[in-house]
Amino acid sequence: MSETMTAEYVASAARTDAPPAITLDKVNKWFGALHVLRDVSLQVAQGERVVVCGPSGSGKSTMIRCINRLETHQEGRIIVDNVELSDDVRALDAIRREVGMVFQSFNLFPHLTILENCTLAPIWVRRMPKAEAEDLAMHYLEGVKSPEQAKKYPGQLSGGQQQRVAIARALCMKPRIMLFDEPTSALDPEMIKEVLDTMIGLAADGMTMICVTHEMGFARTVADRVVFMDRGEIVELGTPTEMFERPKTDRLQMFLSQILRGH
Amino acid sequence: MSDITLNSAATVPEAAPRKAPVSQVGIVGWLRTNLFSSWLSTAVTLLLAYLIIRWAVGFVEWAFINAIWSVPNNQTQACRDLKGTGACWAVITEKHRFMLFGTYPYEEHWRPFLVCLLFVGLYIVSAMRRFWRWELALVWVATLTVIGVLMWGGVFGLTYVPQERWGGLPITLILATFGLAFAFPLAILVALGRRSSLPAIKAICVLYVELIRGVPLISLLFMASVMFPLFLPEGMNIDKLLRAQIAIILFAAAYLAEVVRAGLQALPKGQYEAADALGLSYWQKTGFIILPQALRLVIPPLVNTFIGFFKDTSLVLIIGIFDLLTAGKTAIIEPAWQGFGVEVYVTIGAIYFVFCFAMSKYSQNLEAELNRHRRR
Repeated sequence: MSETMTAEYVASAARTDAPPAITLDKVNKWFGALHVLRDVSLQVAQGERVVVCGPSGSGKSTMIRCINRLETHQEGRIIVDNVELSDDVRALDAIRREVGMVFQSFNLFPHLTILENCTLAPIWVRRMPKAEAEDLAMHYLEGVKSPEQAKKYPGQLSGGQQQRVAIARALCMKPRIMLFDEPTSALDPEMIKEVLDTMIGLAADGMTMICVTHEMGFARTVADRVVFMDRGEIVELGTPTEMFERPKTDRLQMFLSQILRGH
Repeated sequence: MSDITLNSAATVPEAAPRKAPVSQVGIVGWLRTNLFSSWLSTAVTLLLAYLIIRWAVGFVEWAFINAIWSVPNNQTQACRDLKGTGACWAVITEKHRFMLFGTYPYEEHWRPFLVCLLFVGLYIVSAMRRFWRWELALVWVATLTVIGVLMWGGVFGLTYVPQERWGGLPITLILATFGLAFAFPLAILVALGRRSSLPAIKAICVLYVELIRGVPLISLLFMASVMFPLFLPEGMNIDKLLRAQIAIILFAAAYLAEVVRAGLQALPKGQYEAADALGLSYWQKTGFIILPQALRLVIPPLVNTFIGFFKDTSLVLIIGIFDLLTAGKTAIIEPAWQGFGVEVYVTIGAIYFVFCFAMSKYSQNLEAELNRHRRR
């Protein structure tokens, strides 16, 4: 995909001395007897962009879904924006307000217009006046180049348009962190670029991002660090150059050769 | 293909669309494809046409041509002389007030009549989507209060009419309207409770649905009318109609809850997750995202259940409440009018049909309106 990427490498806004936005400390999770996350530890600094890759079933989606507690972890600690995730509902509400999420299958609300999709949470969760929420929504819809879709329903949009709107919807909550769970995997090839371009733009604005994706070109362009997961563990992590040109482990080497063969 | 045809095709810019053959379009085309496509379907068509026309002619003769519309002073001999070849609508002319309003005092019949009009008006207003605002709840409370005042009386110079004397159509409408108006919200809560992550709430809801669904409505009505008063302290008495009403609400809610639950389960998990990820609270998520979609999905089975319960209210006859059907049955107990059940039941059936058919048509319309977003 790298040849389709228009943007130059987006300079990192993250500094090593920036306070951590997300800390995972020896996180373990089981689905029944299946051990899906094994001692996962990761620190993401504010403004840092992390791409998570790995074969399917490696636990990468589960890990980022633990960060806004769509899944609950059983052991270890997850601290987001200085708030530790626990059963405390108020802590969870605070975290979900600050963390936006984009799904593989878009998950727009089909019975609401695009504008209503974008304004619902700001109005009811952030208690924003309706007019202000609509202005904000139009601002972000323009940002994802879809302002003309505002009055339409999600079913009337193409997959790429829906995913861009889903990004705008998440941004309307003015999150400090964005999670992307394979945002381009359900898209037709010709629509992948428009979504990736939107995400590159977001990275350029300094958003803290964790993105599960197989788009290696995207990883090279925007990632400060790449995390490689396999069988529930973080096997290797480093800068895109280190990871893609000098992989240390056999597992990563094998994964990269499979990915490259696929393209 | 030869060069000549290729070239000639190339010089013509585009072939104009041709008309479909005459035999395929319009009424002729429809008749040919649907009724006379083969010798077998032609035979079936002609046979059915013959039967339909025969029955229609027979019905018109019975209902209109040979019918007797009124008789003087209960002299039903003229009707009996017809020996079933014509309808004796005189029974309806004579007894319609009793069928519609039961034993309600005759000179006060304008009150239940007004009540029926109020109910119909309430249905029409509630059916219009432009009135779907919270103020509609106030309209309901106000209308139902006025209905109560009209039926009971005892204030504003209206004479008091005890509940035992109410009857006919108002009873049916009261049982159905209050029944569904209370059962539907209860059903939504039970359906949500059944999917709750809190074990106690879930267990209560499962138990409720399975218990109530497991017994016939008739046995619930018996329990409400016979057994329930035994458990009440001495001297305390809850109105029989209210007891039947509560039984109907509980019964309908158990059924409706399962319909609503089907809708909740049909929604993709992603809708719940997206709402969670945006930080919506449980009730915001349920109210704005889940229920609007789930209820739209289940409009057909929901209306099916509504129509079923509208008619099931007639079961209250077994505990001696005078609904429309019971009033009709009672109307022909009088010796002079015995034997004219068909006319009475046809009339009562027509009244039920008008209400049920209106619900059915409205639900089709609502379904198309509310699911417009699914069309591209």
